[in-house]
Amino acid sequence: MTEAALPAPVAAPAVDRERLTAIGFVLPSFVIIAGVFALPLVLLLGVSIVDANGLTLAHYKRLLGTPYYLGVIWNSLRLGLLTTLIAFLISYPAAFALARARGPLRSVLLATLFLPLAASVIVKAFAWTILLRSDGIVNETLMALGIIEDPIRMIFTETALIVGAVNIFLPFMILPIYAIVAQLDPRYAEAAATLGASPVGTFFRVILPLTLPGIIAGVALVFSLSVSAYVVPTLLIGEKYPTLATMIAKAYLLAREPGFGAAAGVVLLGIAIAVVALSARLSQEPK
Amino acid sequence: MTRAAIVVCWVMAIALALFLLAPLLVIAAASFSPTPVFDLPLTGASTHWYGKISRLDGFWPSLLLSLQIALFSTAISLVCGTLAAIAIARGKLPGAGIFATALVSPLMMPGLVLGIALLQGFRAIGFTAPWATLLVAHLVITLPYVARTMIAGLARFDFTLIEAARTLGCTYPGGVMRVMVPALAPSFLIAGLFSFLASFDNYPVSIFLADVRTKTLPIRMLQYIEEAPDPTLAALSTLILAGTVILLIVSDRVVGLHRMAGTSD
Repeated sequence: MTEAALPAPVAAPAVDRERLTAIGFVLPSFVIIAGVFALPLVLLLGVSIVDANGLTLAHYKRLLGTPYYLGVIWNSLRLGLLTTLIAFLISYPAAFALARARGPLRSVLLATLFLPLAASVIVKAFAWTILLRSDGIVNETLMALGIIEDPIRMIFTETALIVGAVNIFLPFMILPIYAIVAQLDPRYAEAAATLGASPVGTFFRVILPLTLPGIIAGVALVFSLSVSAYVVPTLLIGEKYPTLATMIAKAYLLAREPGFGAAAGVVLLGIAIAVVALSARLSQEPK
Repeated sequence: MTRAAIVVCWVMAIALALFLLAPLLVIAAASFSPTPVFDLPLTGASTHWYGKISRLDGFWPSLLLSLQIALFSTAISLVCGTLAAIAIARGKLPGAGIFATALVSPLMMPGLVLGIALLQGFRAIGFTAPWATLLVAHLVITLPYVARTMIAGLARFDFTLIEAARTLGCTYPGGVMRVMVPALAPSFLIAGLFSFLASFDNYPVSIFLADVRTKTLPIRMLQYIEEAPDPTLAALSTLILAGTVILLIVSDRVVGLHRMAGTSD
């Protein structure tokens, strides 16, 4: 090789080297995501469609053809829907107050969001079992206020489940909404009012559409977390309210029915993927 | 906004703050209960239950295991996730957008399904040592937190600053150390904090990989709660909460809570 031949190929390898460096940088993460996330999920799909005799859809037929199991799927969806709806109704107005707060008040409010977010789910669910006991603080308070005469049964009811789930997943709703509301320019609402819009009209035609990206992010996150929650239903309602998550755990840990558990897992995974796909599509929609 | 709407917003915000804090305050109060039942409001105070924590069956090995898994998986994810985020932010990587989505996607997937998938996968290749499987599994739990925070942090970082530092006489590693590292340190710390907490608190993945002798602290705690809930567990919960509060206060002093609000969506 002569010296004169060198300069020409040098430019191309420089670009190649940058690309190679980039690939080298992402390689460890790629190996983790492909090998410990994507591949096992594909394998799970495989396990759900085989049994001792080869390929089969028997697990899915059993899951989707038995009223009891359809009820279990509905229980999961119901938990997800109710939790998401209630969390949204509380979080949306609260996000506006949080965005208006200044100084130490804002720090205190943000701290009340981050502390529960960082706190252990098991600790919080355990706290709700104490709060909702028949001799617990919620019953005592209601009786002291004269709202009820005798303690009402709250723990191991659907109310307990939803209260606990809303409490635990609420920060995941308010933070994305707050992030959008905090950037909202108040002049939009003023302009709408100047142009003759009523407060209600301003809200539905200006504020709500502008904050939609935050709502979509919060709703998608809270729904996918609550629909697949395991610790919360286990501690707050138990056997009475079987969900896909508790059924999957049972199929693997007690019943040793991996095929059926895998099929239930694939259904739960399908719900999660549908939520992600839907939210991605909705946030791209031109306004 | 109209006055009535503002009032509604504030009422909701205060109700929300009280509602979110309620379980944390109750668990702390219950831990000082003088009797074995959770007598609230307290009629006296006792630190008796704190002394009983260390005698809980299998407590120390579980605490040690959870700390080890959380520390090691966070450390590995911080290295891998930061490198990947740099490559994605530099824009020299083909398919960077898709890869960024793939990196954070485990956050939206049900943990329990990942748990059974990993159980099947590890069994299929004969990889069954509980400690090692837990560590590898927790990489998928921690990596998305690091990737999400570091990608967001790097989106605000101007790489030409490193070139500027070199023009001003820095070596390339020197430029990285004196410009890029300080700019990214806050994101790095938040990423580490959230990924540590996510691993330390994980139940749905760990439960399928643990065995009788190798149980993480959340598995042990759920077992205690189901078997015999008494104020000892409230005391243990309060100590875990206190640890979390200390981590949050330190992070707030170093980087500020507002920054976390920006990167947590």
